[in-house]
Amino acid sequence: MTRAWRRLGLAAALLLVGAGLAPIYVALVSSVSPEARIFAAPSLVPTAFVADHYRALFDARDFWLPIRNSLVVSGATTVLAVVAGGLCAYAIVRLRFRGKAFILAMVLAVSMFPQIAIVAPLYLVLRQVGLIDTYPGLVLPYLTFAMPLSIWLLVGFFRQLPLEIEDAALMDGATRFQALRHVVVPLALPGIAATAILTFLYCWNEFLFALSFTLGPERQTVPVAIALFRGQYQVPWGQVLAGAIVATIPVALIVLVAQRRIVQGLTAGAVKG
Amino acid sequence: MMRHRSGSPSTGSSDEARQAALFAAPALVAIAAVVAFPLVWAVWESLHRHDLRMPWLGRSFVGAANYREAFADPRFWSALGHTFGFTVGTVVLELLIGLALALALNSVRRGAGALRTAALLPWAVPTVVAALVWRFMFESPGGVVNHLLVSSGLVTSPPIWFASPWLAWVPIVLADVWKTTPFMALLLLAGLQGIDPALYQAAALDGAGPVRQMMHITLPLLRPAILAAVIFRSLDAFRVFDVVYVMTRGGPGAATEPLSLYAFSALFRDLRFGYGSAVSVIMFLVSFVLALFWLRAARYQVELS
Repeated sequence: MTRAWRRLGLAAALLLVGAGLAPIYVALVSSVSPEARIFAAPSLVPTAFVADHYRALFDARDFWLPIRNSLVVSGATTVLAVVAGGLCAYAIVRLRFRGKAFILAMVLAVSMFPQIAIVAPLYLVLRQVGLIDTYPGLVLPYLTFAMPLSIWLLVGFFRQLPLEIEDAALMDGATRFQALRHVVVPLALPGIAATAILTFLYCWNEFLFALSFTLGPERQTVPVAIALFRGQYQVPWGQVLAGAIVATIPVALIVLVAQRRIVQGLTAGAVKG
Repeated sequence: MMRHRSGSPSTGSSDEARQAALFAAPALVAIAAVVAFPLVWAVWESLHRHDLRMPWLGRSFVGAANYREAFADPRFWSALGHTFGFTVGTVVLELLIGLALALALNSVRRGAGALRTAALLPWAVPTVVAALVWRFMFESPGGVVNHLLVSSGLVTSPPIWFASPWLAWVPIVLADVWKTTPFMALLLLAGLQGIDPALYQAAALDGAGPVRQMMHITLPLLRPAILAAVIFRSLDAFRVFDVVYVMTRGGPGAATEPLSLYAFSALFRDLRFGYGSAVSVIMFLVSFVLALFWLRAARYQVELS
């Protein structure tokens, strides 16, 4: 590639990435602007800085509550999905049995089907057993996408591991479970971490189930809480945007810390599949 | 030591199958319980009249009546049309911009990691947040977009985006494209990085310029990655819900209502669970057909290469 083309590439990359960051910047600047100035002519640098919207968010609206709900639900779902999904992925990669291809195809199909298709029956079941507006009432539906996602990603990561150490452990009389716990898990730890990160991200961002299976602020997750923000007369944009920024901080941190692993997980899953 | 793909030195294969069943059971039972069983239930539910506003009516079997009602409802057909239009529109835009972004990122040497992190950020933002921020930017009359349009002299009076059945699609599509293009770009970037650089060197020696290299090396070799990305994105775009719910609730009227939102309103606004289930089942079947179509396309692609 010639030098001119490389320069053009860099310019295009900066332009596109900059365009991608612009809306986040707009939201950030507006979230610290006084309400009266939010719809004034935009300027590149903030003309005023007020923490009012953030204060109102946490004092008047108790935004900690949806944050806690999101953390509990996403955390519990991630642990369940990675543990059970990990066992399943290990069996698929290392053990001989029939129907592997079928299981993998089902797992992929389940992660791509429209979730609205199971909202009605899940609602009726959860209502029957009294789990509407509870944490388990969100964790169980979340498994519909978290479980296939973690199986799919972990199969990809386990396949990259060398077999020799594990076989040596088995020769020395270790059981399958011991080999998994003491050999495979430590070796695959980076992949397991990537899987947990991606699963957590998908749970944190989920909206449809959280909207359908909660009744009020008590159990609402962060996306539902900000989507349903209402002021007395109009949308309280300052607080909405402050909420949007707060909801973005954890995922932004995750991306900053684990960009490489996320990309690995996403591309390993999609391109090879 | 001999390298074998599976099978342990000490146990027989029936033992192994039993072990596999044990290991796989928790995950598979969970998927069966939260996906397979509800799907079957949804089909059963769709054959009944089940109105939660009138519980005293109970749940009576009505056969295909809910499906007939859906097929006779013009709002159902326009929701189906909106869903397809949204899917085609967003996936085409994402593919074009994603390809540009992937090519650009691929040409960067220094600071590539930082750029990739920044490029990935919109993808990680919750869809609800993306929708709210874009709605804010398109608010009338004082949103950022209208300010820019007026001050650059492109329009004299700023449009009221969310009041127009056509213009309301602009922020919806842009928000979705903004959020999902990074995913597309990363898949394509992985494909680009898998192309042997020697091919380009050989082509350059033969006097092929960048455009010819693009047409004869990059695009053909990128085809599997493009296909995979388009399959993932189109199935995902087909179930669009969050963006529209937050931005317009399907309005003005039902001008931006996709199928998932139509089904959702039947379920949770009208509380008609039989009818809502019928619409959901139709949507599931359509996306199933779409997946089969893509599988055929993928197989055809494999045969070609």
